[in-house]
Amino acid sequence: MTEPIPPTFVYEVTDVPASEGVTPWQTVGPYFHYALPYDSGPQVAGSSRPGAFTLHGCVYDAEGRPIPDSLVEIWQADESGRFVDEPGIFEAPAPDGFRGFGRCDTDADGHYAFTTVKPAGVPTENGAEQAPHIAMSVFARGMLRRVVTRVYFDDEASANASDPLLSSVEASRSATLVAASEDGGYRFDVRLQGADETVFLDVAAH
Amino acid sequence: MTDLEKAQQSADRVATVLDPAYLFPDYTSTVLRSPSKALVMPPAGLSELTGPTFGSGDVRDTDADLTVHGSGEAIGERIIVHGTVRDSYGKPVRNTLVEVWQANAAGRYIHKVDQHPAPLDPNFVGAGRCLTDEQGHYTFTTIKPGPYPWRNHTNAWRPAHIHFSLFGRAFTQRLVTQMYFPGDPLFFQDPIFNGVRDEAARKRLISSYDHSATRPEWALGYRFDIVLGGAARTPMEES
Repeated sequence: MTEPIPPTFVYEVTDVPASEGVTPWQTVGPYFHYALPYDSGPQVAGSSRPGAFTLHGCVYDAEGRPIPDSLVEIWQADESGRFVDEPGIFEAPAPDGFRGFGRCDTDADGHYAFTTVKPAGVPTENGAEQAPHIAMSVFARGMLRRVVTRVYFDDEASANASDPLLSSVEASRSATLVAASEDGGYRFDVRLQGADETVFLDVAAH
Repeated sequence: MTDLEKAQQSADRVATVLDPAYLFPDYTSTVLRSPSKALVMPPAGLSELTGPTFGSGDVRDTDADLTVHGSGEAIGERIIVHGTVRDSYGKPVRNTLVEVWQANAAGRYIHKVDQHPAPLDPNFVGAGRCLTDEQGHYTFTTIKPGPYPWRNHTNAWRPAHIHFSLFGRAFTQRLVTQMYFPGDPLFFQDPIFNGVRDEAARKRLISSYDHSATRPEWALGYRFDIVLGGAARTPMEES
């Protein structure tokens, strides 16, 4: 039997006890597919709900390669600005129903797709108006924690112009937060790193 | 101060508390999958301060017992994993969804990508869910997962772990993490566990053996308490 080859790095392990505080993140890893996705996960709204469309896109790494093993989740208000407060995320919405939450794993091309509707603009905690948007999380192997972003809509130009978040981001980067309208819905790509890196948000520190 | 300056200032502050950070080159897959620009703090909006709610219809009782999902007994050391989910103010988080997934006792996931030549157990899938109770408490019965090799570095092995996914009360409180076992000899070479650079914070990921949860003639107990960061809109009935 050969001697084991040592790892390329070694971390010190001491008897320091755990401190009080928030439980740290760890990566979702490569093996979540049999546990987290579910059949109706991409159906945020029923497909025959008036105004329902496809929100889709790809998740890319720093070299522009699609990430085939990521998980995308979204959460949003309905067309009147109401957030669903009844349980049932694992049930498919009624054909004209709305669930508010969606979960979709990316395919071999890094692609995700949800069926949803455009939410009404919901205010900030302090009552400031915001443009319509959807909250999005992306999880993947190689990401020690999720990234969080918002999906705005390119056909809401006047609302977007006065949105507190969009107007706080450099103009050169705010476009990464805006989905492009197309036949049947909107496209929103997520670029984890690079010159056209998506704007990612810190929501843990509120 | 402009909004942009405020955003950049908050990003600087955040950069000092994000642990694990996105980029940790020892974990090689982070190199191309880590944001390089500072995070922006959005105004606290209702999209982030709310989240899905859960009820008893979302889970079946057997979902929390990973040892009974096959037609026969799952192979391995039966264990009970339990703990309390709290927010950062110490308040229990009730009726929130906890999802878990893990390798089997031999260190093999029932996943097509996992090619580790260790046996699959036809009676163990390794995925479960439950809701926390009125005290924020959850309990799973499962099989102690085995360590398994991966290709991050030479002779790389993941310490035994159970993946956890939690929602809390709001989008802000979402957490995906991994629970480890006390005394694991593989911690010294694992860049995922050590991606949390504050050692005392990292130790929060290690469960403790809990003899009070050990059931005589049946299973060993482990305790893993979870604290969710992030704020949530205060529900009307609690305000």
